[in-house]
Amino acid sequence: MDFLNALTALANYVLVPGVTYGSQLALGALGITLIYGILRFSNFAHGDTMAFGTMVVILITWWMQSAGIGFGPLPTALLALPFGIAVTVLLVLGTDRVVYRFYRRAKAAPIILVMASLGVMFVLNGLVRIVIGTGDQRFADGARFIVTAGGFKRATGLEEGLAIKVSQGITVITAVVVVAALFWFLNRTRTGKSMRAFSDNEDLALLSGINPERVVTIVWVLVGILATVAGTLYGLDKSFKPFIYFQLLLPMFAAAIVGGLGNPLGAIAGGFVIAFSEVTVTYAFKKVVTYLVPDAWAPDSLVQLLSTDYKFAVSFSILVLVLLFRPTGIFKGQSV
Amino acid sequence: MNTRSIAMFATIFALMIFVGFLQSWTVAAQLLNMCLISAIMALGVNIQWGYAGLFSVGTMGFVALGGLATVVTSMPPVKEAWSAGGLGILLAMVTAAATIFIAVQLWKRMAAGRLRALAITAVLIGGFLLYRYLFDPAVEAIESIDPAATGYLGGLGLPILLSWLVGGLFAAAAAWGIGKISLGLRSDYLAIATLGIAEIIIAVLKNEDWLARGVKNVANIPRPVPYEVDLQADPGFVAWADWLGIDLIDASSIFVKLCYAILFVIVLAIIFWMSEKALNSPWGRMMRAIRDNEEAAEAMGKDVTRRHLQVFIIGSAVCGIAGAMMTTLDSLMTPGTYQPLRFTFLIWVMVIVGGSGNNWGSVLGGFLIWFLWIEVEPLGRWLMELLTSGMASDSWLRDHLLDGAAQMRLLTMGVILLLVLRFSPRGLIPEK
Repeated sequence: MDFLNALTALANYVLVPGVTYGSQLALGALGITLIYGILRFSNFAHGDTMAFGTMVVILITWWMQSAGIGFGPLPTALLALPFGIAVTVLLVLGTDRVVYRFYRRAKAAPIILVMASLGVMFVLNGLVRIVIGTGDQRFADGARFIVTAGGFKRATGLEEGLAIKVSQGITVITAVVVVAALFWFLNRTRTGKSMRAFSDNEDLALLSGINPERVVTIVWVLVGILATVAGTLYGLDKSFKPFIYFQLLLPMFAAAIVGGLGNPLGAIAGGFVIAFSEVTVTYAFKKVVTYLVPDAWAPDSLVQLLSTDYKFAVSFSILVLVLLFRPTGIFKGQSV
Repeated sequence: MNTRSIAMFATIFALMIFVGFLQSWTVAAQLLNMCLISAIMALGVNIQWGYAGLFSVGTMGFVALGGLATVVTSMPPVKEAWSAGGLGILLAMVTAAATIFIAVQLWKRMAAGRLRALAITAVLIGGFLLYRYLFDPAVEAIESIDPAATGYLGGLGLPILLSWLVGGLFAAAAAWGIGKISLGLRSDYLAIATLGIAEIIIAVLKNEDWLARGVKNVANIPRPVPYEVDLQADPGFVAWADWLGIDLIDASSIFVKLCYAILFVIVLAIIFWMSEKALNSPWGRMMRAIRDNEEAAEAMGKDVTRRHLQVFIIGSAVCGIAGAMMTTLDSLMTPGTYQPLRFTFLIWVMVIVGGSGNNWGSVLGGFLIWFLWIEVEPLGRWLMELLTSGMASDSWLRDHLLDGAAQMRLLTMGVILLLVLRFSPRGLIPEK
């Protein structure tokens, strides 16, 4: 019984949050890795693109809520998501047109594109803060739990409860659907194949008659979709705050690099590696250990490796380890 | 320096004098001080980017380490805290260093294989447990000593000016560690690694209360210049202010700020002179050769990674010095105020706009961008008020837009950066 209690506690505090956070990071890292693979630069504006997309979704959600449109037990934000995606796609296509295309045609060094993305980051950041403010915004509605802690205890007779929030369930399901669609697109459709060809060898792709502008447009559309979905899921699960989205850049980049920059499969694996490391390293294992060991050995301290304030240190340490021992990432990426 | 550059510098100073007349002289003096500090930070980033083409976005971390240096150098030591937990902290630090050292030695000396992996893991886990065993009680003991006023180890009680050098050393040490890991790999990796280290430095400063009180802030950091209250009580100064016909409080505040300005100008001049000397020496030519064509430089027998490490450390040290100066100016260490947009990316805008690779350009960029950063806010508010003056005064949208005006500066900086990158990529004062 104690063993089951320990397992439940672990699932409740580590497994469920880890899977959720991992899905969110994976979606974010996919966007970064796609831009890196096709456009060949690290996009520092990605966190703020997510913030922008989420902001649009929130505004539409609020309008829908005031107009009395709901989605039953599911959050209204899911209804608003397609509109948010559309606006965000237009935005990223606009930034490509106004900012990045010039440097691409001039064959500028990647680092110049990175700097341009810094400029875009500033502009988006300012825009989001002007429109929605710097504070915390909550926009989740509908039912809160799929499984409540109390219900779980009654059903199983365990001392420990297991709670699964609706937002967590939606995150995982949406992430699976989006990732499946993305891989189907990349591996099965002609356009997707042309994108992979472009990513592998640009010159050869051009020679075989692939239109580079079309590939670039499709990448931005995919990035717009991924960023908005990732941002909205994160916002539903936690809350929306522009600065937090900017800070997500680090774990997302870490995820993309751990998996191998430019490799979509790696980005997903990387997202889960980072998320689970963050959650396990900052979780206080006192409860779990107390269940597992005899009473006399029960620990006094929290049995926590690092306080939660240091979660950045976790993604950073993993990043450093990968850079030191395997700079191309777990799956082979494009980096040297 | 040609007439065009001189004219641009003159314009900035004219604008500052304009601010003095329009807003107040205290504001103008404060603006001047922050412009000087920004110029030094921009010089530091320029050394990394302009000289060597290193893309580091960890400026905020190095600046914050400079701030930490002022606390650990010149705050008076808290004796009770030292006797309660000082030894424990020192032992814990030694343990941590020894653990890492042993692990690295094992990695180097043992043959690759399962045995080595096991040995290193054992050393790391054992070291970590020992470290926590020593560290946790010491921290608890230190933080329990008068937490409202101290609750930290305090500093060494040394003169504050010394801390500026210490700030440079702290930043240099951090830069050495991060450079060792990420230089020699793709250029983007340095960017991401420095972005991370900066966040971690801030997290440490916010959470390690025993070190510098964390978010409880350290106030009343000693000053290298006189205090306003003392000046106001000094008959000589009162007579002098009377003679000039300035209000006593204004006079004392402006006098103090000008004293700071003189110190800052001296530091800026020294760093600037050294940077110019370095840039025009064989070393500087080598750096530019590496920047412009790494492979060619490597073929000529230059150790590119080593040179990059060197220049990265120097640039970071300059940022650390500037950070210590800034905390000295505020007399206040507030880890909560360090934000990457303000302390990293803004400095980058300064360097790009001023003209990367040119020290005069960085100084000009530092002045210009800091001036805009401060003045865009009142300007944006004024503009918004003008735009919304037609709306009803209780309109929801009007209030919202006026609130948003405070955020105008981020947008403005982004637009400036994009415009300069596109239409004048060499900046206002291009490299020769």
